[in-house]
Amino acid sequence: MAEGLSELGQHIAQATAGAVTAHRVDLGELMLDTTADKVIALLAFLRDDPKCLFKQLIDICGVDWPEREKRFDVVYNLLSLKNNQRIRVKVATDETTPVPSAASVYSAAGWFERETYDLYGVWFSDHPDLRRILTDYGFEGHPLRKDFPLTGFVELRWDDVQKRVIYEPVKLTQEFRRFDFLSPWEGGIERELPGDEKATKAS
Amino acid sequence: MGVITPAKPSSAAEAALSRALNDELADKGFVVAQLDKLITWARTGSMWGLTFGLACCGVEMIHCWMSRYDLDRFGFAPMPSPRAADVMIVAGTLTNKMAPALRKVYDQMAEPRYVISMGSCANGGGYYHYSYSVVRGCDRIVPVDVYVPGCPPTAEALLYGVLQLQKKVRRTGTLVR
Repeated sequence: MAEGLSELGQHIAQATAGAVTAHRVDLGELMLDTTADKVIALLAFLRDDPKCLFKQLIDICGVDWPEREKRFDVVYNLLSLKNNQRIRVKVATDETTPVPSAASVYSAAGWFERETYDLYGVWFSDHPDLRRILTDYGFEGHPLRKDFPLTGFVELRWDDVQKRVIYEPVKLTQEFRRFDFLSPWEGGIERELPGDEKATKAS
Repeated sequence: MGVITPAKPSSAAEAALSRALNDELADKGFVVAQLDKLITWARTGSMWGLTFGLACCGVEMIHCWMSRYDLDRFGFAPMPSPRAADVMIVAGTLTNKMAPALRKVYDQMAEPRYVISMGSCANGGGYYHYSYSVVRGCDRIVPVDVYVPGCPPTAEALLYGVLQLQKKVRRTGTLVR
């Protein structure tokens, strides 16, 4: 299976002439890297080539790598029912560089790209309707970015004077506690974690 | 079933009471009762619950109306329209985006209206207390009468909450809320 995958990766890399910057088989799955200007041509090829026929777009999602210069990955997961195969395509981008929208190739891409834009702030050019899809109306920020605080910036309550729901800066009565049981400062890694006492010891 | 049943009067006292009632009915043709008691009796006997299922708690809420516990026996019927409902059961995680809609639905209910907050998330944010998108308790949006704890509460727990609400209505006994 893995051999067939790497052959398929080579076939795609050769046939698309430079659109694929890297291809590898990892954990039994084929992954392709490409660039933003070539991604639409590559996706169209993957959909139409008789050896590929990846006609289903399963998901478009994002990954945030804050330490990288191009901090976002946009990941396309494709499925070929004909060949019973899956493939993953990755494009790196940053906050300002738009990725061309895949909505012209896969009609399902529209909402997936809206979600990626909503949660990561990745821009998609030529998107038919690039709006937020999940977060609150008038929400500010992109929650899945690593620099977005867990509790966000605003919380809301009903105001009995104004007779409407109002937004206020977050006021927490107790800070979020992170239980780092593996930290050496908390008594060493040999320490039992909560619930360990229930497990049967491997001898 | 875990539900507290009120202490029954002894059979002798019960028989005396029903004989007195029968005598009065046969003698005068009517029975005199206190109006507020009658109203609270009617009110608790026919509470229509607005099913505001937001998450997994909604499934337990449905269980509560299904044949095993059967809330209808307590005169507590499901009612999808807020205009005809008396009680709103907020069952599940209330998100920021949903909060104005929840308040709008609550405002459409006719007085007297009651709110049951069901589950940790509706009580105080619960698992999502520190999330950027979740209201930390639905009492920030609507006034709550009964809080049912649990994640999710069992159907039995909700049933107990409903009985507590009925008790509260009986004991408060106000005509205008």
